[in-house]
Amino acid sequence: MRLERREHLSPLRAVTTPLIAVAVALAIAGGLIALAGAPVLQAYGRIVTEAFGSRLAATETLTRAVPLMLTGLAAAVAFRARLWNIGAEGQLYLGATASVTVSALLIPDAPPMIQIPLLLLAGAMAGMVFLLLPLWLRLRFQVDEVVTTLLLNFVAVLFVSMLIDTVLKDPLAFGWPQSVPVADNGMLPKLISRSRLHIGLIIAVALAVAVWFVQSRTVFGLQSRAAGLNPGGAVFAGVPLGRTLIVVAMISGGLAGLAGAVEVMGVKGYVTTDLSPGYGYSGIVVAMLAGLNPLGVIAAALFTAMMYVGADGMSRAMGIPTYIADVTVALSLLSMLVALFFTQYKVRR
Amino acid sequence: MNEIMDILGSAGLWAAVLRIATPLIFGTLGALLCERAGVLNLGIEGIMTFGAMAGWLAVYQGADLWTGLLVAAICGGIFGALHAVLTVTLGLSQHVSGLGVTLFAASFSYYLFRLMVPVAGTPPTIMPFAPVDIPVLSDLPFLGQALFNQTAPTWLAIGLSAVLAWGLFRTPLGLAIRMTGENPQAADAQGLNPTALRYGAVIAGSALMAMGGAFLTLSAFNSFFPTMVQGRGWICIALVVFASWRPGRALLGALLFAFFDAFQLRLQTVLTGDIPYQIFLMIPYILSIIALAVMARRARVPQALMKPYRRGERT
Repeated sequence: MRLERREHLSPLRAVTTPLIAVAVALAIAGGLIALAGAPVLQAYGRIVTEAFGSRLAATETLTRAVPLMLTGLAAAVAFRARLWNIGAEGQLYLGATASVTVSALLIPDAPPMIQIPLLLLAGAMAGMVFLLLPLWLRLRFQVDEVVTTLLLNFVAVLFVSMLIDTVLKDPLAFGWPQSVPVADNGMLPKLISRSRLHIGLIIAVALAVAVWFVQSRTVFGLQSRAAGLNPGGAVFAGVPLGRTLIVVAMISGGLAGLAGAVEVMGVKGYVTTDLSPGYGYSGIVVAMLAGLNPLGVIAAALFTAMMYVGADGMSRAMGIPTYIADVTVALSLLSMLVALFFTQYKVRR
Repeated sequence: MNEIMDILGSAGLWAAVLRIATPLIFGTLGALLCERAGVLNLGIEGIMTFGAMAGWLAVYQGADLWTGLLVAAICGGIFGALHAVLTVTLGLSQHVSGLGVTLFAASFSYYLFRLMVPVAGTPPTIMPFAPVDIPVLSDLPFLGQALFNQTAPTWLAIGLSAVLAWGLFRTPLGLAIRMTGENPQAADAQGLNPTALRYGAVIAGSALMAMGGAFLTLSAFNSFFPTMVQGRGWICIALVVFASWRPGRALLGALLFAFFDAFQLRLQTVLTGDIPYQIFLMIPYILSIIALAVMARRARVPQALMKPYRRGERT
């Protein structure tokens, strides 16, 4: 038995691969649900109805998909160029905090048409800066950015916690650790009334299309992919590797920062240290399920949001631990990795 | 200034250094062993979490403490085998596979914990390891309290760093492991089996990581709670670079790191009110990053680290 590299990947296989991976992950999760003593098929059905069964459920799932799309894009862009940005979680927190700071302390009275774009920009900038630091360490000192971005996630949350305790402290929160709120003029308009769904969804989808266009139709897109596929070859072909990575880091960090800004301006209204249930890390799963394709990120984020909202509701209804959602998402990543292998190789006897 | 001298002169500080260092020593040695064979194991954070849970759960269910530690090690080995399948057999990205293992091991351990232990107001506890009383040494004034009042796993961790140093640099097996991490083609040509060596190193290394996690629940604390590993795994990965992939320096690095951590914990109580406590909590992570920046270029990385090996295929 030996392995043989496939020459090219058919579009059909590119689409079926994540579906097979997800099916395998769900099958294993079914085993864990059975372990908890719940009826498995009923549980699967419940996941779907909890995620899409009502108007409220469907809008909740879409709302949950917004930050996942943005962190998924952040990971997809960076991983394509082999920039291992695992720091989306920290960038998200800083982005959210930056937009709250600008809104509440600097321009609370600016009209929405001015305030909203400025807040989004502030969030994106914060995320960018926070990824440029580890990139600088990589380019200057050859420090692996995986470890630094992971460690900086902890620094970011502590930093945000410190701001919430001091300059951003909400005097009206009765001692609850939460920041001052975003001004009313800075909140994103709702997409559908009587729901939490906001125009962040349109922003995220538009950005996915924009990133897809940049990656597949521009010189910079080609350079960033070349930097990932073969850095040595890319330099030889005249790609400015350092500059390309800096732009990639700005896009990736910016998207992750934007995820935080959009979440705080669209849903929460203020920053706490539990703003994100690990969106930064789930973004990695989303990006891998999408095969690093920006348009695929939209679908992968919807699936992941469905798992979180649906499995969460299911586990509460059936009395099994809510962590089943995290387990299933993590299993999807692992089975997707194995499936990716079989898109690249075939086994010959 | 006087306060700082008081802190440095307290036996409690030095006892805490050894206690804080222990999980880091286990984890760093484990990560070092994997990387010496050429496999970066970012599963460490999740494996430590699972080890903490599994070891605790075994003891909670009635096993004795050493059995708990063994259960943790076996579970760690299983996750190591999973990482090895993904990275050695399938040759997938070691970064993404490791993160996948971490996400899975951590969430799975929370799931199992919630399944086995019903929600209660206060988390259930076990009787953790008691300090080992060493004749004469433990009774020394100051030194006895400062250095010779530790639990058995701490001594095990220190002993293991010596064993690993000897094993890697003084035995044929160690040479084979290092060769696989430097040049698997050459190792293969010598009649060694790089695949088997990498599997063995990753499984054994992951078992060590899980023991580091288990120390948290079986010795440092007496209960398990989610997110208790708090990035210690990532710090271990940084410490491996700081140690330049040498077990002796890994021990020193973990102790140095633990010293700063124990020191800042005590400084926090002295300087209360002047500086936000979050600043102190950031110090360990920032120190790790600084250590990386200082050492990264000087460190001698195993040449085949993160490079999958398949016989007859060009890399």
